[in-house]
Amino acid sequence: MTTVDLAAPATRTAPRPLADVVTMTRRNLLRAVRYPGLTMFLVAGPLVMLLLFVYVFGGAFGAGVAPGVEPGAEGRAAYLDYIAPTLLVLTVVGAGQSVAIGAAMDAAGGIMARFRTMAISPGSVLSGQVVGTVLQSLAAVALVLGAALAMGYRPAADAADWLALVGFLVLLGVALAWACVGMGLSARSVESASNTPMILLLLPFLGSGFVPVETMPTAVRWFAEHQPFTPIIDTTRGLLAGGPLDAAVTAQAVAWCVVIGVAGYAWSRSLFRRERRA
Amino acid sequence: MSPTAPGPAIEVAGLHKSYRSRAGEHPVLTGVDLTVPAGTVTALLGPNGAGKTTAVGVLSTLLRPDAGTVRVAGHDVVRDPDAVRARIGVTGQVSAVDDLLTGAENLRLVADLLHLGRAAGRRRVTDLLDRFGLADAAGKRVATYSGGMRRKLDLAMTLVGEPDVVFLDEPTTGLDPRSRRALWDEVRALVAAGTTILLTTQYLEEADHLADAVAVLDGGRVVAHGTPDELKAAHDAGSLDDVFLALTEPPAATDGTTDGTTSSTTSGTTDGTHETSETTEKETLR
Ligand SMILES: Nc1ncnc2c1ncn2[C@@H]1O[C@H](COP(=O)(O)OP(=O)(O)O)[C@@H](O)[C@H]1O
Ligand SMILES: [Mg+2]
Repeated sequence: MTTVDLAAPATRTAPRPLADVVTMTRRNLLRAVRYPGLTMFLVAGPLVMLLLFVYVFGGAFGAGVAPGVEPGAEGRAAYLDYIAPTLLVLTVVGAGQSVAIGAAMDAAGGIMARFRTMAISPGSVLSGQVVGTVLQSLAAVALVLGAALAMGYRPAADAADWLALVGFLVLLGVALAWACVGMGLSARSVESASNTPMILLLLPFLGSGFVPVETMPTAVRWFAEHQPFTPIIDTTRGLLAGGPLDAAVTAQAVAWCVVIGVAGYAWSRSLFRRERRA
Repeated sequence: MSPTAPGPAIEVAGLHKSYRSRAGEHPVLTGVDLTVPAGTVTALLGPNGAGKTTAVGVLSTLLRPDAGTVRVAGHDVVRDPDAVRARIGVTGQVSAVDDLLTGAENLRLVADLLHLGRAAGRRRVTDLLDRFGLADAAGKRVATYSGGMRRKLDLAMTLVGEPDVVFLDEPTTGLDPRSRRALWDEVRALVAAGTTILLTTQYLEEADHLADAVAVLDGGRVVAHGTPDELKAAHDAGSLDDVFLALTEPPAATDGTTDGTTSSTTSGTTDGTHETSETTEKETLR
């Protein structure tokens, strides 16, 4: 063979995964700023729900979540107390929905193919999506929390509780974002990518999000007690109420987040290199 | 061949690729052989659905070959895909730009992912914007670009890493004649600088003007390979158009009858699959 050794010089640079994550995060935040509709939607959903559930249903529901509470203003206050943590969790879930849409949009266009033909690690490319989303969801959580405070919500959390809450919501956000990146990459279209995570939005309703699970019929209650969002919401509620936390429930919540996150990460990574229709 | 001639930048031997779906297996490439010497342009021609994009997909590590060996820039695409990726640039059929970012931001994104560093990255971005006449639009969002500008930006992004081997899948489809010629000039400049290019095209004129060699893909195989002049001579044809018509099957909709100028290489079946049979024609074209 007269083949010249084309392989000799190394144009290939050493992998720098952290730098790649920063690059991709910057891209995703830029996209979020340029296309604010999606971010607005993230905040608008939980805000509307907060107003609706507190000012319309709250007067009656309050008595159901806090025994001895009078219907009306007292009920509304009690119900606000009960569902404000749920809505923070829902806000994080909504951010997952937006990352699924983002991943599906990338995959549908050619840009993902470009990334796949470059010598960069799938983990870095997709981590950018996840980190960007978590930052966005923290901002959205702050806005929803601000609205709840304006409506009279007074959490009893101290500084340590707040810190733990931020840590927990970041963990939840990372876990859900990885699962949703997988949903986005596996979706056949951008529309279906925005629909799949809807199931996640339903789960808090079928758990301890809006009413105590003890009030549910046996079958629903069994489901509520065994699905991830019940311990996740209970932990969020416990932290905001200033404790004490039920150690078993908190452990369950963290375990669910870790399982969802690790599975979502592995799934997303494998989907990145999967062959897809051009 | 002189012994100092550069070795092949692309070597494909016995490449098979099928798509599998619930409907069954759909063979697209059924034994493709192709060699592209370094520093040359090869045009891959073929009717719609011949498998040009599929071939580019395999060569650029997006698709895994079912069988055969594929080496690009000296590396095997299956065994060492990252080594291949480090040396190639791909402009796919679907544009690979981020609409929400500006032209400069798109280029910067690629420069950052290639770890060019701040100063070198910025210089490279500015150079490419100038070279492709995009300097004035650099700060505008790509969503506002014309088709020609998008194509140019796409190609510029492909070139950020100064790849040795560049794949262009129908780079001029949908471009006006002026933009098309500008792109041809760009391809010539790249080749003059030593880059190897494999481009697919529907425009035979383009292959004629640009390519050192033309490979005609039909029925899952390369049915003819040579310089444009060799092909015309072998087919006693005045233009590549005639060569193309002589070599490739009419679309499946008009059944698979042959017109006597060529021995049949494929027969279309109703579900779009192709059964390949041997032909003597392609042997004579070596
Ligand atoms: N991801 C895919 N899954 C199934 N079939 C595919 C896929 N991509 C392409 N095909 C089919 O393979 C054939 C070749 O397609 P393609 O490589 O795009 O041809 P060309 O680029 O020459 O027009 C076509 O029949 C097309 O429908
Ligand atoms: Mg094609």
